[in-house]
Amino acid sequence: MDKFTKLKSSAIPLSIENVDTDQIIPARFLKVTSRDGFGENLFRDWRYHKDGSPNLDFVMNNATYSGSVLVAGDNFGCGSSREHAAWAIHDYGFKVVVSSFFADIFKGNALNNGVLPVQVSPEYLKELFTQIKKDPKTQIEVDLENQKITILSTGSSSSFEINSYKKTCLINGYDDIDFLISNKTEIEAFENERV
Amino acid sequence: MKKTLFDKVWDAHVVKKIQDGPQILYIDKHLIHEVTSPQAFGELEQRGIPVFRPNQIVATADHNTPTIDQHLPVKDPLSRNQLQQLTINCQKNNITLYGLGHKYNGIVHVMAPELGITQPGMTMVCGDSHTSTHGAFGTIAFGIGTSQVAQVFASQCLLLQKPKSLRVNVTGKLKPGVLPKDVILYIIAKLGTNAGTGYFCEYAGNVFEEMSMEGRMTVCNMSIEMGARGGMIAPDETTFEYVKGREFAPKGKEFDKKVTYWKTLPTDEGAVFDKEYHFDAEDIEPMITYGTNPGMGIKINENIPTENNASFEKSLRYMNFEKGQSLIDQKINYVFIGSCTNSRIEDFRVAAGFIKGKKKADNVTAWFVPGSQKVAEQIIEEGLNEVFEDAGFKLRQPGCSACLAMNDDKIPEGEYCVSTSNRNFEGRQGQGARTILASPLIAAATAIEGKIIDITKQLN
Repeated sequence: MDKFTKLKSSAIPLSIENVDTDQIIPARFLKVTSRDGFGENLFRDWRYHKDGSPNLDFVMNNATYSGSVLVAGDNFGCGSSREHAAWAIHDYGFKVVVSSFFADIFKGNALNNGVLPVQVSPEYLKELFTQIKKDPKTQIEVDLENQKITILSTGSSSSFEINSYKKTCLINGYDDIDFLISNKTEIEAFENERV
Repeated sequence: MKKTLFDKVWDAHVVKKIQDGPQILYIDKHLIHEVTSPQAFGELEQRGIPVFRPNQIVATADHNTPTIDQHLPVKDPLSRNQLQQLTINCQKNNITLYGLGHKYNGIVHVMAPELGITQPGMTMVCGDSHTSTHGAFGTIAFGIGTSQVAQVFASQCLLLQKPKSLRVNVTGKLKPGVLPKDVILYIIAKLGTNAGTGYFCEYAGNVFEEMSMEGRMTVCNMSIEMGARGGMIAPDETTFEYVKGREFAPKGKEFDKKVTYWKTLPTDEGAVFDKEYHFDAEDIEPMITYGTNPGMGIKINENIPTENNASFEKSLRYMNFEKGQSLIDQKINYVFIGSCTNSRIEDFRVAAGFIKGKKKADNVTAWFVPGSQKVAEQIIEEGLNEVFEDAGFKLRQPGCSACLAMNDDKIPEGEYCVSTSNRNFEGRQGQGARTILASPLIAAATAIEGKIIDITKQLN
């Protein structure tokens, strides 16, 4: 898994609420058996018309905006548990998703793929949208060590929560499998006790 | 310390608590299907890690399968490859697979309960968010991502933070024609799509106690649509009666011993929940959705609300509905009865009850898709299939089908579909398709009338 410590980047604003994982990656793209290549179909039906031409009204097709931070509306990632959504976001090049609320399963999936979900207050989210709209090149700094997100042009910052175990995993690029396997003796003891 | 049903089951499965961190939770049963497992198998193989407890895993093929001509090779090469991959992975790792055509094949959340794989007090996971269905048995069951599928393969455990507790109470007498689907659509409409995020939900009150297991499964199934990772209903005689005698259920003395334990599971009197809601059963009417998330639901004879919010307006634009509009008499060309929410025998009984002696509307294309081979068999045994055929409907073969349109069962662009499934997201049933969620009764009525009718007028 990719390590994550600190990131400075401009952002893409997606001011839509309740973005579900069916929008992030539609089911018809889940037929493959690898983890790669989902980025090209990220937000497929919002990004492209049915004939395959880009939908120029969609923010990701607006050359004004770029960067590895996605700033999204409330309740991001709801719906299906498909980890393909996190893979698509990662594969497209996003390292951070900022929202005022994340659905549980998506949040876990993102963390398991080195994508940092940053949950901020609705007010701070609004401030982010306003600043990015005002200046699309607005630089945002996300500092995992100090659990802090800052709009560099204004200096306005906000802290965010992350479970300390997951934080360590992200900073070091660890995943849960190694940790679980290292507890196998206890797991076997648990199984034996129950019988 | 007074404990909730959830606490009791959770605490019985904690292998270890990590200081200031997550807990290692033991998983009794791991269900897998073709779509969210291949990358997990791939990861283990790549890292040289064996599957730890293959006999606690059960596989089925459901998401990506055709619902006609299942005896023929699957046409779509990508789907065929994914299904073959599941077969190979299960063979290599000694995992039981009920593949296409097997008498136990079906939607994972339909076949596991009917085989007695799902039992009270268990922990169950699957790479599918509707795993919450199994909570109907007083089971901690929830959907996981593929990385977690790999973790369970490797260790039969997950690293988790214990979620907060939520209880939804519904008491009183349900009106005629109000089905479990209406109860859960009503709850989600009242609470919104994220009220349950971070929580595990218990459904309590006489309304759930009086429901059949099929009804309880419908309710628990949609817990995720209000954000809750899982939903649970306390096991009782209805539960024990359902589990008893099923293929993989404990038998004889072992069963009695289990029942004694299962009876200790219901929430203690006086246990405290982090959040609690109460609803009056009399206030619930047959429900339908008008928007693009399951929280956008109204009573069938209500008008679409008027909200000034960009996301709300975007949603209505997609559906081509106006604020304040009624959906009664809305012409509907597609009807889907199926999915892990409503594809059990009871759902088809309800549909057949309405359809009997009537004819399908000419404008309607209807897909009736049983949740499993066993449900399909029972439909035929009970003579329901004749009712459907006489009315002009044709039963299809089991699978997830038009719920997520991974196979050929897609609703065309711009068309409305009254669907008994669980999600009305944009494009969920096909690119540009417009989904209206409802109960099997409303779906059957729509298929006969070719439009949405105010069913309450016929019922009262």
